[in-house]
Amino acid sequence: MGRKFALALLLSLLAIWAHGARAATLRWSAQGDILTMDPHAQNVVTTTNIQAQIYEPLISRDKQMRVVPALAVSWAQSSPTVWVFNLRRDVKFHDGAPFTADDVLFSLQRANEPTSNFRVYAGVASSVRKLDDYTVEVTTAAPNLALLNQLSFVLMMNKAWCINHNVGRPQDFKNKEETYAVRNANGTGPYSLKSRDPDVKTVLAENPNWWGNREGNVSEAIFLPIKSDATRVAALLSGEVDFVLDPPLQDLTRLKNTSGLKLVEGRENRIIFLGMDQSRGELLYSDVKGKNPFKDVRVRRALSQAIDIEAIKSRVMRGFADPAGTLASPWWGDYFTPSMDQRLPLDRPKARRLLAEAGYPEGFEVTLDCPNARYINDEQICQALAAMFVQIGIRAKLNTMPPANYFAKLQKNDTSLYMLGWGGPPSDPITLLRPVLHSPRPGGDGDFNYGRAIDSKLDDLIDRIDIEADPARRQVMVAEAMALHDEEVLHIPLHRQVIPWAMRANLRVVHRPDNRLELSWTRIE
Amino acid sequence: MLAFILRRIIQAVLVMLVVGFVAFSLFRYVGDPVSIMLGQEATAADRVRLTHDLGLDRSFVVQFGHFVANAAQGQFGISYRMGRPVAALIAERMPATLELSFLAALFALVAGLPMGVYCALRPTSWLARLFLTASLVGVSLPTFLIGILLILVFAVQLGWLPSFGRGDVVQLGWWSTGLLTRSGLKALVLPTITLGLFQMTLIMRLVRAEMLEVLRTDYIKFARARGLSDRAVHFGHALKNTLVPVITVIGLQLGNIIAFSIITETVFQWPGMGLLFIQAVQSADIPIMAAYLSLIALVFVVINLVVDLLYYAVDPRLRVERVVAQNG
Repeated sequence: MGRKFALALLLSLLAIWAHGARAATLRWSAQGDILTMDPHAQNVVTTTNIQAQIYEPLISRDKQMRVVPALAVSWAQSSPTVWVFNLRRDVKFHDGAPFTADDVLFSLQRANEPTSNFRVYAGVASSVRKLDDYTVEVTTAAPNLALLNQLSFVLMMNKAWCINHNVGRPQDFKNKEETYAVRNANGTGPYSLKSRDPDVKTVLAENPNWWGNREGNVSEAIFLPIKSDATRVAALLSGEVDFVLDPPLQDLTRLKNTSGLKLVEGRENRIIFLGMDQSRGELLYSDVKGKNPFKDVRVRRALSQAIDIEAIKSRVMRGFADPAGTLASPWWGDYFTPSMDQRLPLDRPKARRLLAEAGYPEGFEVTLDCPNARYINDEQICQALAAMFVQIGIRAKLNTMPPANYFAKLQKNDTSLYMLGWGGPPSDPITLLRPVLHSPRPGGDGDFNYGRAIDSKLDDLIDRIDIEADPARRQVMVAEAMALHDEEVLHIPLHRQVIPWAMRANLRVVHRPDNRLELSWTRIE
Repeated sequence: MLAFILRRIIQAVLVMLVVGFVAFSLFRYVGDPVSIMLGQEATAADRVRLTHDLGLDRSFVVQFGHFVANAAQGQFGISYRMGRPVAALIAERMPATLELSFLAALFALVAGLPMGVYCALRPTSWLARLFLTASLVGVSLPTFLIGILLILVFAVQLGWLPSFGRGDVVQLGWWSTGLLTRSGLKALVLPTITLGLFQMTLIMRLVRAEMLEVLRTDYIKFARARGLSDRAVHFGHALKNTLVPVITVIGLQLGNIIAFSIITETVFQWPGMGLLFIQAVQSADIPIMAAYLSLIALVFVVINLVVDLLYYAVDPRLRVERVVAQNG
């Protein structure tokens, strides 16, 4: 007995030692804490990025954002509207339960509940059927080439765990109580939730039974949100955290020049652009009466050609911006071609000429609405823009607001000229075309077309792109739609954000355009 | 006496109602929680549904009525941002704020009192001048700047103390304390100084002024004439008489410390009620804002009530005046 015990002790000590040799703890920080652990409750990038270390989707993304198998190992289309997914076998949830087709059916249905924030993705499946324990058939109402993309946002939960803890539905605000899934998690991912103290720290521990290949060596990851910019930087400088997801721009030079620290820059999939009210007969906030100057493409073009985007990049953004010529995303895969990305050149004389031709030789006055602290240096960008517009005679009055008020104002279309950012996790072109470029109509189309820029030819193209089943034909149509949009200058693209991460020099990370720190790829040397 | 207390309590309730009303009418200008909760891919129909679920489509009067009715039962609803009951969130955060506030008040008293006494007794010494000059800095520098400076020196340059957080805490029932662990104590140092510095300078200047006043009075002169030792005169007579107004001020300042710990908590990522409130403001989390403002109002009302009652108990003149006033 005693000998057995000694042996067991020795073995476990060995195991601890062997583990300790490669084990490493990562302490990372960002401004805000995650809102909830429930993977279907809040579609906020900062929250889903951490949830995605614990929960996994059927289909995931590799380092170049290409679609790769995750909990589904393969898939095939038996008809343009029917997809069959083969599930990975021998996958276990953190509580030991096996992952099966029932969990997929349950998760897709849960993510499609009225209280879910992921209906827009999960809702694409009109029906989901279990063929056997490891095969699932998904049917869509119409041909949908964006399906894989949309499914990559839906994380899989364990049916039995959800039923047992009475969390069959995401957080419901009518029912005024906390649900179990808000502070507890049970996924299949590379990390499990060890402890969570909101706004203080969240500890993730390596899942030793994970099916995937862990390229990094992070065995424990501690997330420490620090709200104040200066304190977050101080914590990195003093060695209390190893990684900062969102270092403030003004501190970057200092961080770069501190020995032992480094910056890793990456382009984020987020385009910043201007929109104009192109619907009202008379602008709400302008001195032009009786007509709407933005209905004239020459005025829109003049505005675009008055912008010195390089000056904004170097002076306002300190180099952390990538001037863009289109709202299209470079992460659309084959749907994006570099030829789409042609900016109208800065040309003030031409801009003034265009204004004169349109009947505004003296320019006019208009209010430029801007959020403060939603996008990187948003307020400063708008100040620079206002100064640039004045040079061609457009007297832009700046109105900046906190995000909470700003978006409420935009939703009422209560604006004449506004700034907006669009992006997040890279996805299919349709996630830009329908909400932002299509004309508004019930069902979500044009919900973010706040200026109600309407072009019936573009609408028609978008509707056809949505249900086109042939990828090659769809590519041509997307290119056509973007060309049409840019020709009419329905929106004015500014730049894509470049996001720097700050960290210890001994960290090896992969900076993806969805601004997600993937722990299983992170190495501490 | 009973009638007086009753009157004060009724007044307190009225004050609370007014605070609730003002706070609640302000919420309409902090922005739209729904658009923040739903994110950018949500449709207009989703927004309408959630607005209805939250009761935000009802009239202001109805919403306020519901709020008061629920608040009276201690129900503040569920946080929009975190999906958890507000009462539980506040209960979780309260120990952090109270611990920090009491320590800051203690620090202000323990440091400010001797400094004030010293400045009064040796008004021309170089140390007293130094204290006075330093106290000017303490009064004029904003709290967040003091916090950042302390972090820069003690966390970044010297590496002695942590720059954020509470360290390890020990759970005693529902109360979490950082006083029982080494890292918890270390984490308390910088926030305590930051939060207490202003109050410390206030106490120091108050003690100095009061004491200088007392030292000029006749009974001090008589005490000296009787040949009492300096020590007996200064501490036995002068200081004792100085303390009465000082204690009143400290009591009232405690409310301020609790309420204005927001800034200190934000700078040091101190997981207290102030940090909770700041984050609620940014995401228009109305239930948390309402609960926090009501709670702070309650703290002030209670402190004022206690002080009034103490005056009433201590100072017989108040009672006399009341009788006269009622008769007249």
